[in-house]
Amino acid sequence: MRRVAVAGIGLTQVSEHWEDALKDLFAQAALKAIDDAGMREIDALYVSNMGAAPLQGQLQLGAMMADTIGMRGVAAVRVEAASASGGVAFHEGVKAVASGMCDAVLVGGVEKMSDGLPEELSSAIAMSEDQEYTAYTGVTVVGLSALLHRLYMERYGATAKEVAMFAVRGHENAVGCPHAQYPFRVSVDRVLASPMEADPTHTLECSGVGDGAAAVILVPADGIETGVEVASTAVATDSYYLEGRKDLLEFDAARKASERALNAAGVSHSEVDVLEVHDDTTITGVLSLESLGFVERGMGASYVAGGNTTRGGELPTNTFGGLKARGDPLGATGLYQICEVVMQLRREAGPCQVEGAEVGMAQSLGGVGSTCAVSVLRRA
Amino acid sequence: MSVPRYWRERRYRYRLIGETCSDCGALVFPRRAVCPRCGSRSLEEQQLSEMGSVVTWTVIRSPPKEYGQFTPYVVALVELDDGVRVLSQLVDVDLEAVEAGMRVEAAFRRVKEDGDSGIIEYGFKFRPIIE
Repeated sequence: MRRVAVAGIGLTQVSEHWEDALKDLFAQAALKAIDDAGMREIDALYVSNMGAAPLQGQLQLGAMMADTIGMRGVAAVRVEAASASGGVAFHEGVKAVASGMCDAVLVGGVEKMSDGLPEELSSAIAMSEDQEYTAYTGVTVVGLSALLHRLYMERYGATAKEVAMFAVRGHENAVGCPHAQYPFRVSVDRVLASPMEADPTHTLECSGVGDGAAAVILVPADGIETGVEVASTAVATDSYYLEGRKDLLEFDAARKASERALNAAGVSHSEVDVLEVHDDTTITGVLSLESLGFVERGMGASYVAGGNTTRGGELPTNTFGGLKARGDPLGATGLYQICEVVMQLRREAGPCQVEGAEVGMAQSLGGVGSTCAVSVLRRA
Repeated sequence: MSVPRYWRERRYRYRLIGETCSDCGALVFPRRAVCPRCGSRSLEEQQLSEMGSVVTWTVIRSPPKEYGQFTPYVVALVELDDGVRVLSQLVDVDLEAVEAGMRVEAAFRRVKEDGDSGIIEYGFKFRPIIE
């Protein structure tokens, strides 16, 4: 298997892009990545997206996006693993180059959430779950995560304030980030005063509704000075139902993917300088930190509340704001994380820069941990 | 929701029908093709217990489409008396009165409708057991 490098990145701001359709947003990010890489030709295109079918009624995004960016003829396909689509699409793109089948791959994620009304978005996001059973109860994905939120506070004695601090830390990191949806601080009191979304989870503990696109170009690492190499990627799944989990408060898919990726990269937890985790809600961010193996079980909320995940802290996490403050355009989110890790490793993160970052990890979750993709990148 | 799609799931929705593994005795819900515990393909249909206790719960306030009429509603993880855990709405209960350990029983209830002239969809929900 060949070593793989990131030759280019491109992304749009996460916002409500009323004037842009899926293909317009995708093209903005993709063409930026192509220009950044200084390339003209690609062999294959992986499009990451979750909601185009329910929200825009759109399928066959691979061929659609290849056409719009002038790459008619290349191999193209859409990758979908609910909210883990971005991380999984990246994994597929890396495999295509590592295997020797492709020499230049574009992996791009795009999402237009603002096209949906609130109840349409709740339904669309719940499509990650079993429609004949889980979704049939009327539960939402935030609702599923809220079950874990309540259990976490009961089992470990964590307070609502400690868990809510995950969102506060994200907002602190987003200040000065040009592509963030909400680049401003939010106090923990404001988070806890916001209406309940699904008890005990407040609205301001959940990522918002945003549109965006992010893309990367992958090439063989040999013979190219790109500055960033893909050290490893891994994807794992867990029981599709929370009821089937060995332990409700562990994302086994995150544990497995993290172990596989760190082993393959020859990197230990303490060597990870920058971490991007999937905080679609505060509790999934907390449980991810624990399940990935960075913090002891039950200590995640207090670890974050205590300031250890700030850019100057022991484990800089969600360095541009994470899903909550940078934004979470579902299928594109995983690619935003990759682009952000690349920016850190290239020393191009501006006000969001983590000094001396050499190794970064990104984690993407599908549903409430049914799928997990972990990617490890390093300075080359 | 099409008629065929609704029709084939009715038994699992109207009665709590799961599976039991002929090789290791595990109770499985929802149905699988392979026993999640031992890997056996010998799974037989099994009526599950219809009483249990609340493990944890939430209150849904931003519902998906078609669930607006019952909002806000409780969704709970219930551990049935035979050890199987199921996810279900909790009804006939005040939002503030739900507690971990609460005893509940399955009840046949309306879930949603397909517009004005489509299928009315039913399923099990849980309600507090009145001692």
